[in-house]
Amino acid sequence: MSVDLPMPRVGPVAEHAPKPIRVVLNWGRRYSLWVFNFGLACCAIEFIATSMGRHDFIRLGVIPFAPGPRQADLMVVSGTVTDKMAPAIRRLYDQMPEPKYVISFGACSNTGGPYWDSYSVTKGVDQLIPVDVYVPGCPPRPEALLQGIIRLQEKIAAERVSGAAIGARQPGRTRDLDQRYAGHRTAAAAEVTRGLVTKP
Amino acid sequence: MTSELDVGMGAGGLATADMVLNIGPQHPATHGVLRLRVVLDGERIVSAEPVIGYMHRGAEKLFEVRDYRQITVLANRHDWLSAFSNELGVVLGVEAMLGMEVPERAVWLRTLLAELNRVLNHLMFLGSYPLELGAITPVFYAFREREELQAVMEEASGGRMHYMFNRVGGLKEDVPAGWLGRVASAVSAVRRRMPDLEALIVGNEILEARTRGVGVLDVATCTAYGVSGPIARASGLDIDLRRDDPYLAYAALFAPGGPGRVVTRSEGDCLARLQVLLEQVHVSLDLADACLDTLAMLPAGPVNQRLPKVLKVPEGERYTATENPLGFNGYYLVSRGEKTPWRLKLRSASFNNVQVLSQVLPGCLVADMVAVLGSMFFVVGDIDK
Repeated sequence: MSVDLPMPRVGPVAEHAPKPIRVVLNWGRRYSLWVFNFGLACCAIEFIATSMGRHDFIRLGVIPFAPGPRQADLMVVSGTVTDKMAPAIRRLYDQMPEPKYVISFGACSNTGGPYWDSYSVTKGVDQLIPVDVYVPGCPPRPEALLQGIIRLQEKIAAERVSGAAIGARQPGRTRDLDQRYAGHRTAAAAEVTRGLVTKP
Repeated sequence: MTSELDVGMGAGGLATADMVLNIGPQHPATHGVLRLRVVLDGERIVSAEPVIGYMHRGAEKLFEVRDYRQITVLANRHDWLSAFSNELGVVLGVEAMLGMEVPERAVWLRTLLAELNRVLNHLMFLGSYPLELGAITPVFYAFREREELQAVMEEASGGRMHYMFNRVGGLKEDVPAGWLGRVASAVSAVRRRMPDLEALIVGNEILEARTRGVGVLDVATCTAYGVSGPIARASGLDIDLRRDDPYLAYAALFAPGGPGRVVTRSEGDCLARLQVLLEQVHVSLDLADACLDTLAMLPAGPVNQRLPKVLKVPEGERYTATENPLGFNGYYLVSRGEKTPWRLKLRSASFNNVQVLSQVLPGCLVADMVAVLGSMFFVVGDIDK
């Protein structure tokens, strides 16, 4: 199922790459983020609004014309993730080539949002894929997505290109397999599905 | 249709085997997460089956553990392009069961906001439908107008999409000073610039070639499947709850000589559905202007009722239907006298409208599938609830 598209290597001396090389590499990556919009719900409309004339995230180097996940650098999960949809999200994330980044856009994909007690909603997309930046709001304003993109770009700018640093970011490649999940979360979607909530 | 046979391969002399094609759940043409399982004979669709449930969020069950104020939060979100109309259905039902009178000013403000919401909804589809057909430009014009209207909606309610402005007994608060004037200028700006958008869509040779005579839906199928809203009216089903079962101030607006009229077409093809949507934008802008005129004459007054701390709806049941931008939106509310509903069944427009794809798509070419799919003007959250 998983597609092996490893992180491109700079060469055997990457460990000792001088700072200017690092700056150039990261500069190239942060300003050409081909984005794959995983539009699921309300937030997808605000994502589209952000890509339109008034807010226009193309000026930040985010290009919304990726034909599919295989040609994308950034996945924006915008909307409610359901347990039925979860396998498709994981599969499309796996199809993206390294280096890849994820922005979770909106309360639903952050934590489940207003559907926190629903029987069919996954409580946060970070139970399925690692998330780099969380954008809060229900739905967040377009300006919030712009801020999230800038945050991500700052994060990319600070990345190191050495082999050890790349290895640490690779899902499943490290000794600690729990690295697959962001933060402290170590559960898969099926493990967090709960029964109905009783009436108050 | 000989010219069509020339381009459509398969089903002719060649021996072909049926192929099952899976479209979605994540596909650019499904604008959302609708999945279709299509059986193909060459390029011609033999049968199509919508597979739904990828956006099922269990809202109906959650309604049962929310009190009547909290329900509007979730009611907002099933059809995210018609949030105001959705919350309207809930509060109208609760008010009717409580026997509550809503101040006149609130009624007219609700009508105004509902019509602005209708314009916002239609503009989204007027942008996204050409986008699916390959025309990128119209969506930019549509979103320029959307931003204009969203600004006034946001000024009143604080939300760009999910307004949460309805309360049982009226509105959350009165609109800001000078807001009516700003709405009037926004409405006139949208009306002035609509020709920019229309010029790209109406009479466009490519768009007409892709949509005329494609995906024809007849009246009998509409009624059999419970299709409603602009899609049914494009097939000649002359039904609109604003006129036929008036709520809010629609009785006055749709009275003879009023600005309200029901837009219908008889062709039932994709082009007719798009034309209905386009014309409804103009009707809604006229209705918004009429609301503004009335509101300017109304004296200042309250826009809501004082509510008890714990709002309990008396025992009983009631079905409340409203004409949402995409069709009938109904709430069947069963109360057992508690602060939460016993059951709140949601009848959403897109659910019925999408079912009819299994009737419309067979016989179409694969290339027309996107045109037919987009012209059903559905919101996936409204299908899956």
